[in-house]
Amino acid sequence: MLLVDVLAGGVRGGTAIMFAALGETVSERAGVVNLGTEGCMLLGALGGYAVAAETGSPWLGLLAGAAAGALLAAVHALLVVWRDADQFATGLTLMFLGLGLTSLYGAAYVGESAPGFAPVPVPVLADLPVAGEVLFRHGPVTYLAFAAAPALWWWLRATKGGLLLRTAGERADALVVHGHRPGLIRGLAVVAGGALAGVGGAQLATAYAHAWFEGMTAGRGFIAVSLVIFAAWRPLRVMAGSYLFGAALALAPALQARGYALNQFALDVLPFVITLVILAVLGRRTLRAAPAELRRVFQSASSR
Amino acid sequence: MRKILIIGAAVLLAAACSANTAGTTAAAPSGAEAAAPGKDATAVGFIFVGPRDDYGYNQAAYEGSQAVAKAFPDLKVLTAENVPEDDNAARVMNSMIAKGAKIIFATSYGHLDAALKVAAEHPDVAVFQQGNLITGTPPKNAGTYFGTVYEPVYLAGIAAGRATKSNKLGFVYAFPISQTLNNINAFHLGARSVNPKVQTFTVSTSSWCDPAKQAEAAANLLKQGVDVITQHQDCTATVIKTTEAAGRYTVGYHADASAIAPKGWLTGSQWNWGPLYIDMVKTARSGGFTGSKYNGNFRVGYRTGENPFVQSPYGPAVDEETKKLIEQARERLTKSSPFAGPVLDQKGEVRVLDGHVPDYEEIEKMDYFVSGVVGSLPKS
Repeated sequence: MLLVDVLAGGVRGGTAIMFAALGETVSERAGVVNLGTEGCMLLGALGGYAVAAETGSPWLGLLAGAAAGALLAAVHALLVVWRDADQFATGLTLMFLGLGLTSLYGAAYVGESAPGFAPVPVPVLADLPVAGEVLFRHGPVTYLAFAAAPALWWWLRATKGGLLLRTAGERADALVVHGHRPGLIRGLAVVAGGALAGVGGAQLATAYAHAWFEGMTAGRGFIAVSLVIFAAWRPLRVMAGSYLFGAALALAPALQARGYALNQFALDVLPFVITLVILAVLGRRTLRAAPAELRRVFQSASSR
Repeated sequence: MRKILIIGAAVLLAAACSANTAGTTAAAPSGAEAAAPGKDATAVGFIFVGPRDDYGYNQAAYEGSQAVAKAFPDLKVLTAENVPEDDNAARVMNSMIAKGAKIIFATSYGHLDAALKVAAEHPDVAVFQQGNLITGTPPKNAGTYFGTVYEPVYLAGIAAGRATKSNKLGFVYAFPISQTLNNINAFHLGARSVNPKVQTFTVSTSSWCDPAKQAEAAANLLKQGVDVITQHQDCTATVIKTTEAAGRYTVGYHADASAIAPKGWLTGSQWNWGPLYIDMVKTARSGGFTGSKYNGNFRVGYRTGENPFVQSPYGPAVDEETKKLIEQARERLTKSSPFAGPVLDQKGEVRVLDGHVPDYEEIEKMDYFVSGVVGSLPKS
């Protein structure tokens, strides 16, 4: 059934986007935008694939992907938090740095074979009609993603760490009054966000595409950034949005494999059109939901 | 987005690539009217649209360039990877010419416009373009060349048609350019020649290499019950691994990838550019380019011999009977063509008349799917 295939494809392909978007959520809830997420994903993809190839363990690859993403994000944290550099300029530059570095050092791994994650159907649940195929016939990292979004939601809401992080994004001066260092909290949030983006990249390479190729994230890091905005910085909405994008990306091949006549190029731009439409519809409502410290960075050009 | 990334990559890689070409002889003066294109060249330049180690199209062309380097120790071989199919290509070729290159190989289909521009600006440089067609009279110093890749693809189609149990074959491709349509149609016709019930399902990724899209394309074809998948993509590992993991059969393209599909590998088509490149360079250096067979749209195949495309080794799933059928077909192709009439399109219209054997140029102008191929050409 077409719908089932598209939804299953959405979960399969949305996982990488979700990890990156959850990472961006962590970063932005602390008040820092990281446009370098695409670069963190690429480093994560290469790091994950390379380490899986060298060690034979995709799990070690996943960890390496997290470390690689965190490393690039650490540069962002240093420049933005410590040196007060412009967030957008730094993020974009890091994206290109990540692209260049991975093209250069990734050349050795193009065409190289590496062990990856194979789908593990969940007993009983995998046999459910519709839901079984959509949700329970994926790789272990996809199941990890099912848990990651609710976990982040709970952590932000119910723990002291989550409170400190949110305060860094809302009222940094209040943290200072209580003897905390907002800079440190933001820095850690950015690095953690980069690690999550790195996991997303590693998932893309070792569980989805089973290959490394330069630029293979193909804009997913940017989709993640815009997703966080229209998901109003909330992890569970980020989860839903990631699957929506995954489904949009899965639509073209699902239709074609059935022989439908369609405009391939229109379908290719669909995820980006969806983004623009949602941003246009939500308009300033998105901004109102933004963490206060972020809003200052984010204020768009208004006619009023 | 993709384009921005590619340009960004090109900019970043330009720095890395400059190391390849540093230290060459001083720029040769251009514009000397008399010199035959490419005569006594001391340097030759190759541009590739992708990285030289993509396990595919660009790697094959790169290996060809290294065969040239080996054959002519006195020749400086300049290479540039990730050259986009736009004006940047002209810039890269011009910088090679400034470094002394008198022979240029522009190895991607989309490099043709830039290659013709460079040829017009430098009458003393011989410009070879791989895979496209020059319409009208070619300039004195330019030509295109290619092999008939669809012939080994037709043979591989026979293996696919014999192997399938569901009678559904899958084909993942990038863009509906004529080379690709030739491959899809030849694959299907090869399969149908031994299995009249077979259908070929097509999915385009609108990219020469986007592994994530390939993964989704392969997953959807498998979901439709397709049990043999082949492709026309620059990087091929994702589709092959996905197919192998599902326990289905693979027909390869560009390279022998049986190592990553030990069970499901049937056969495929791969490249051997070296001998052709070497002969082209020899012709140009001797001053005999203009008016030679290379000064136009040069094509080789089983009918003319020396095809740069060769069939990949067989996998364990191919039986002796199939191998025999393929041998017979190969013999047939030395006198005929995969597209010998009658060929019908998807609507049932006759596109190649009964008894007609189309020539290479006619075949490369193909702009339709043959009957039995499922899917429609992407509209633009």
